[in-house]
Amino acid sequence: MTVETQYLSAQPKLRATTTVLGAIAIAALLVAPFVVYPIFLMSVLCFALFACAFNLLIGYVGLLSFGHATFFGGAAYFTAHAVKVWGWEPLSGILLGAAGAAALGFVVGFLAIRRQGIYFAMITLALGQMFAFICLQVPFTHGEDGIQGVPRGHLLGFIDLNEPLAMYYVTLAIFLFGFFAIWRIVNSPFGNILKAIRENERRAVSLGYRVDRYKLGAFVMSAALAGLAGGTKAIVFQFATLTDVQWQMSGEVILMTLLGGIGTLVGPAIGAGLVLALQNYLAASDFPVTVLIGIIFVVCVLLFRRGIAGEVMEFFKTRFNRST
Amino acid sequence: MSTIFGIPAPAFYGQLLIGLINGSFYALLSLGLAVIFGLLRVINFAHGAQYMLGAFAAYLLLGYAGIGYWPSLILAPLIVGVTAVVIERTMLSRLYNLDPLYGLLLTFGLALILEGVFRYWFGAAGQPYSPPSQLTGAVNLGFMFMPIYRGWVVVASLIICLSTWLLIEKTRLGAYLRAATENATLVQAFGVNVPRLLTLTYGLGAALAAVAGVLAAPIYQVSPLMGSNLIIIVFAVVVVGGMGSILGAIVTGYMLGVLEGLTKVFYPEASSIVIFVIMAIVLLIRPAGLFGREE
Repeated sequence: MTVETQYLSAQPKLRATTTVLGAIAIAALLVAPFVVYPIFLMSVLCFALFACAFNLLIGYVGLLSFGHATFFGGAAYFTAHAVKVWGWEPLSGILLGAAGAAALGFVVGFLAIRRQGIYFAMITLALGQMFAFICLQVPFTHGEDGIQGVPRGHLLGFIDLNEPLAMYYVTLAIFLFGFFAIWRIVNSPFGNILKAIRENERRAVSLGYRVDRYKLGAFVMSAALAGLAGGTKAIVFQFATLTDVQWQMSGEVILMTLLGGIGTLVGPAIGAGLVLALQNYLAASDFPVTVLIGIIFVVCVLLFRRGIAGEVMEFFKTRFNRST
Repeated sequence: MSTIFGIPAPAFYGQLLIGLINGSFYALLSLGLAVIFGLLRVINFAHGAQYMLGAFAAYLLLGYAGIGYWPSLILAPLIVGVTAVVIERTMLSRLYNLDPLYGLLLTFGLALILEGVFRYWFGAAGQPYSPPSQLTGAVNLGFMFMPIYRGWVVVASLIICLSTWLLIEKTRLGAYLRAATENATLVQAFGVNVPRLLTLTYGLGAALAAVAGVLAAPIYQVSPLMGSNLIIIVFAVVVVGGMGSILGAIVTGYMLGVLEGLTKVFYPEASSIVIFVIMAIVLLIRPAGLFGREE
């Protein structure tokens, strides 16, 4: 998918604006739990990180993974198991989840990058389904029940995560860490090569880059960050179930990213917030959520391919160009 | 009692038959996917939903209009084909000059809508649909009892697969289709109405899915979710076969169905993932697929 690259960092005026906006956003996130229900905010943060991690692939390498639930849900299982059964401290449990997701990402990515474009999407979907079947059958995931009653415990032994505010700020810190990592990856020389692959893979090959290694590297990073989000979610909600590994979840993260703006840094986070708010709102009515998700998909693809953040940036870019 | 590789013969043949039947559906669906992909370069994620729609069309025709199995076998694909033509004209055709991934996402959204709406109306539980009276009962083949309807499904899907293959390889319309797959601009320059050909192809592919749905209705129950789980397996089948060849799609479908059935006999725990494992192995050894060409 071709997406316009961001030139924000190249223009001093825009860079100042983004710094200010970023500071405002962080300040808003710091006071948010006093205004909005913290559990909802934490789920938004987890899914926002998940969507941003997914966007690292689709937005910056042009690879559509239809199996990202594997890494999100897989990490949730690993973290939940480590914390509940082995009695690990929560942060190390989350890191184990991310590491497990990275390992899964290595296997899935290694197979999937052997084909391109549409086949890549189908292979990741099929492998994701296979992982879901495995999760249904192996004993440690407890089948349909999932892993319930995961203790939140004490972070590093002294921060009591049963305090909602403490849990919130830890989740926020993890989200900001993941977001910063993605920002660093995208704006590094490595990230530039990824974008080159997205724009013209053959040319990148002819320039001497071993494209497959870069793709695999990006896939593993994306999987690890998705795992970071999944592991955190397992601690926040204190369970890990099959819902998180199934293809519907892979579809949801695609929707969040598409709605927010593929290839924009903040877009996926906005999309995640919107989709969760809608689901929360609809949970009270009997309107089927899948229908609404489907409708948003169709509308986005037909009319709105840049997504919210993409449209806003396009608006400012044309204005900026006109004024100079 | 006779045994085959240590397995009682009736159990062995029974699973073989189930494998053949599943294989029939894999073949019919991957055939439709391959026909659509060949010309439109779109992976039709709604294929599973169209299969479900076919089964529901037959179920509703019987329930509300008293129209039985045999007319439904023609009518249901026609209805689904017409809705597919509308979808192609109003939505899909706007995406042809974009990245093919958008076609996948659009049809994914459509699949979610269809599945969600039917689930809202009928619930997730399956509705029974009985086979026509001519095809009830079982026949003794000497080594096993075979329900007649199941035999019919295997035969019918073979006939449909072969006639689709003949249509594409041996007729003038099929020649246009193949030519447009190779080079649409050139075919258009020769005066063939390529946009109409695209519409027709999408309708035909969806109708094939609907036929499979009607055939499946008496075997599995008619349920809103019957398509979505199947379509992911069919995607794996398509990756194994490669979408370059129609015959390849058919052969791979039957082959994987039978392999899955045999796995159920020898190692039941792995039967739900065996096709995905085969896909992974094929990707390692022959990334383009068994019948595919490197692009």
